[in-house]
Amino acid sequence: MYSKGIRPLSIAAVATTVVALALVFFYAPEDADQGFIQKIFYVHVPMAIVALGGFVAGGIMAIKHLRTGERSWDMRSYVAIHMSIILGAGVLATGAIWAKASWGHWWVWDEPVLVSFLVVWLLYCVYYPLRYSIEDPDRQARYSSVFAIAAGAFVPINFLAVRLAEAYTHPRVLSQTGGNLPGEMRLTFLVSILAVTLLFVTLWKLELASKHASMQLKRLRRRLEAAAT
Amino acid sequence: MIGVALTILRKDLLLELRTKESVPAMALFTVTVYVLFHFGLDRDSLDGELASGVLWVTLLLAAVIGVSRLFAAEREQGGIDALLLAPVDRTALFLAKATALFIYLMALELVAVPAFALLLLGPDLSGAFPELPVILLLANVGLASVGALVSALAVEARARELVVPLLLLPLLVPLLIGAASATEPLLRGDQSAEDLGRFLGLLGAYDAVFVLIALAVFDFLLDD
Repeated sequence: MYSKGIRPLSIAAVATTVVALALVFFYAPEDADQGFIQKIFYVHVPMAIVALGGFVAGGIMAIKHLRTGERSWDMRSYVAIHMSIILGAGVLATGAIWAKASWGHWWVWDEPVLVSFLVVWLLYCVYYPLRYSIEDPDRQARYSSVFAIAAGAFVPINFLAVRLAEAYTHPRVLSQTGGNLPGEMRLTFLVSILAVTLLFVTLWKLELASKHASMQLKRLRRRLEAAAT
Repeated sequence: MIGVALTILRKDLLLELRTKESVPAMALFTVTVYVLFHFGLDRDSLDGELASGVLWVTLLLAAVIGVSRLFAAEREQGGIDALLLAPVDRTALFLAKATALFIYLMALELVAVPAFALLLLGPDLSGAFPELPVILLLANVGLASVGALVSALAVEARARELVVPLLLLPLLVPLLIGAASATEPLLRGDQSAEDLGRFLGLLGAYDAVFVLIALAVFDFLLDD
């Protein structure tokens, strides 16, 4: 049930990723200020946006789970958060590389977006110990959903708070997309966002299908064992 | 519902008064942490940012103890089943637990803040009035609602001792930012309240968001 449409989606994801990379390296102009290293921006920022979107989407799916009581929504929420945590590790790594290249330090605390992202990421990492230390499957799903909702609401308030506390040094991309990005860069950036989004959705569907399949396999095994004895 | 909440709250406060399990432990813990900071920082007196940071980090760490003990009595003595079997609205339970935690925190701060002024703070604390109590009050509302939510989330988890601090502390980062930034100018030599409105606004928004979320999702916790 989850594998429907995976093939065209994967092809689209691979194609857009290739196009995005081609645009990044051959089409987008080199940044006058930062030079070649600025190109990490086309990986770092889309990953961050998609990861945060994934966290919030996980929260919305969790609301659906609590509303309808259907376990499949909990599974969707879990996999979305799982994928976002993996992307988040990538965001922190590329952010550190970029910081090292442009400010000379692997980590800068006066950069609100990166710091907020770290706090959010640390919080979401607790999703695993919480989820897997609850044994009862129904309760596991419910408690995980409550966590996903609370954490999803925490994301915006945390970004607001960290921004209030720090100086405004981070290049604010989202609010200025129309403003300071030249046309070629903007196009490349938008294609990169599309590529990462498609990649995220593809991986999410694949993981869901695999989780579903292994759950079914387990169920069948149990029935076989019961029949054998 | 309010009546039920008040009954549970009365039970919790009575239990705390008789056993003295949470608040004295939290107070003892804060003083110990002040001693640790004294040696760790190798400073006899603190002011400004450092003072505000040490005070708030210590209070938040003490809150972790309170939060992990919040359902302790019910869990250890099996009262939780009885409580859940009784026709108790989950919202009432949340209100009772959050209020209990709020009262514990207020009691703790009555000891912890003067102790801080006595042991570590350089400037006189009298300049921090009446702003500091307002900050403490707003922070306690947020701490109490997030704390009650987290302790209910962790109550079924096997790795409870692990989950409570790991879950609570990142969630409290915005609260720490608001409270510590608002307190910092009050603990400086030239005590003046700057940017107070901005950070009080942040604390208020944080409180509102988490009280509403906790009220909305608490129904799904502590079932059966």
